[in-house]
Amino acid sequence: MPDIVIRTHGLTREFSTLRAVDSLSIQVPAGTIFGFLGPNGSGKTTTIRMLLGLLEPTAGRAEVLGYDTRTQADEIRLRCGALLEHPGLYERFSAWDNLEFYARIWRLSRRERRARIEELLRGVGLWERRQESVGRWSRGMKQKLAVARAMLHRPAVLFLDEPTAGLDPVAASVLREDLARLARQEGVTVFLTTHNLAEAEKLCHSVAVIRAGRLLAVGNPDELRARARPRAEISGRGISEAVLEALRAREEVMSAEMRDARLTVELRPGAELGPLVTMLVSAGVQIEEVRKASLEDVFLTLVQEEQRC
Amino acid sequence: MLTDIVTMVRKEWKELLLSRGGLRGGLIATVIIPLGMLGIYAPWQSGADWLRSALLPAIWSWLPLLLVGALVADSFAGERERKTLETLLASRLSDRAILFGKMAALVGYGWGLTLGALVLGTITVNVSDPREAWQWPSLNTVAVIVVLGLLTSLLAAAGGVLISLRASSVRQAAQINSLALLFLMLGVFSGAKLMPASWRVSLGLAFAPPNLIRTEVLIAAVILLVDLALMIAAAARFQRARLILD
Repeated sequence: MPDIVIRTHGLTREFSTLRAVDSLSIQVPAGTIFGFLGPNGSGKTTTIRMLLGLLEPTAGRAEVLGYDTRTQADEIRLRCGALLEHPGLYERFSAWDNLEFYARIWRLSRRERRARIEELLRGVGLWERRQESVGRWSRGMKQKLAVARAMLHRPAVLFLDEPTAGLDPVAASVLREDLARLARQEGVTVFLTTHNLAEAEKLCHSVAVIRAGRLLAVGNPDELRARARPRAEISGRGISEAVLEALRAREEVMSAEMRDARLTVELRPGAELGPLVTMLVSAGVQIEEVRKASLEDVFLTLVQEEQRC
Repeated sequence: MLTDIVTMVRKEWKELLLSRGGLRGGLIATVIIPLGMLGIYAPWQSGADWLRSALLPAIWSWLPLLLVGALVADSFAGERERKTLETLLASRLSDRAILFGKMAALVGYGWGLTLGALVLGTITVNVSDPREAWQWPSLNTVAVIVVLGLLTSLLAAAGGVLISLRASSVRQAAQINSLALLFLMLGVFSGAKLMPASWRVSLGLAFAPPNLIRTEVLIAAVILLVDLALMIAAAARFQRARLILD
């Protein structure tokens, strides 16, 4: 397997007047979980479709596992698994039948089929319900089954298009855990699109931020966080107006204000948060939580920067 | 590719049998009722005439059009409507395996049921109207039903799949398919009625014993050509990008 599993260069897709993906150039190393992050309509699904050879790019090129998406799409689909926009399950079929159909498609022998289906259904906690029609299942259960289906043939690369979209927080969290565990166990490279910043932060080794088809930034979550304006949110008791004034007077602080009962402090680039926390404690503030910039802050910073350009 | 086509056929048949909410309901609606009507009820009512009628081959060769026509709208439009098409297209299956797998499932259903009804009808006639010797349809009748039954099944499957590929919903596909069937039947019947008397005499001669086999071969050849044209058109229309974006 190549070190770089997914490589795009100037990948572009237009739909009449709309440029859904605009000169996208990314590289995804083998064995990593790569998050493709952006709001709805930013070109994430179109990118996955192009990487799977389901849509032809208008310009540029892409390779998956060293295969060209335009000319060798069959080779790519042979080696990749996908959970697309919808679970794509046959709702009249049982969970077992759904997996068996795809196991036959991937030419698993009878013995392999049985063993692999059992292994995956047990892995996602659906073994006991394998004979039920999936049409009656919750969306969370369907998504789990769809993830299992995508991994049936032990693909080298797994494409997941917003796998937790529409799930309640508990179901989303369970699916995230299953995903992380399965990806770790199977050693698979995961290309995951999401508009959920917290999800990307929890799951992904590296993240690309896309908006209106254009790549805004790429890197691991820590690197991206460093690109955001240094900021911290502090919650606690005893944050008085006098404390705020004392904070604002410090050289490294750009602004300090209360928002939604939390103290939001923006720092100058390179400033450390530690001395400020010490100062707050000595001023009698009882600190409950200190939260540094999240990917959400990064995303907002990148969008603001882009709008200024 | 044959293994992939068989995989598709198995899945299509399973979906068909489960279409009424369960295996029993599906079997009753899609297999037992058609077989009961065409293999038991009608032959029971007609007795031995069921096997001797000169119209029998003509009627039986139309039958698959109706059987397949009732299901074909669902083939691609149904997958698109139920959001299963894109996942199928993202699998390792080739375009041809998906397309011909769906067609083969429909042909197998229409043709299989026609042949099953013929066998069952023969048994029914012999039970309801027994004679000294076992009664059989003529060899020509059997040959026509087997060959034309296959070709008309293919006609309905290829034409219907082409319509289903282009339709935005199952309802739209079903409407266009019904209209196409209606025009085909009206065309044949009104054409036979409106043609000049001299043509009708010639046509009668063409279906008379000395020329019958040649005429049947000619009809089969024409249907085969139409089948091939429709299959080529469907293969050309089957483009993953268009199917996803439509």
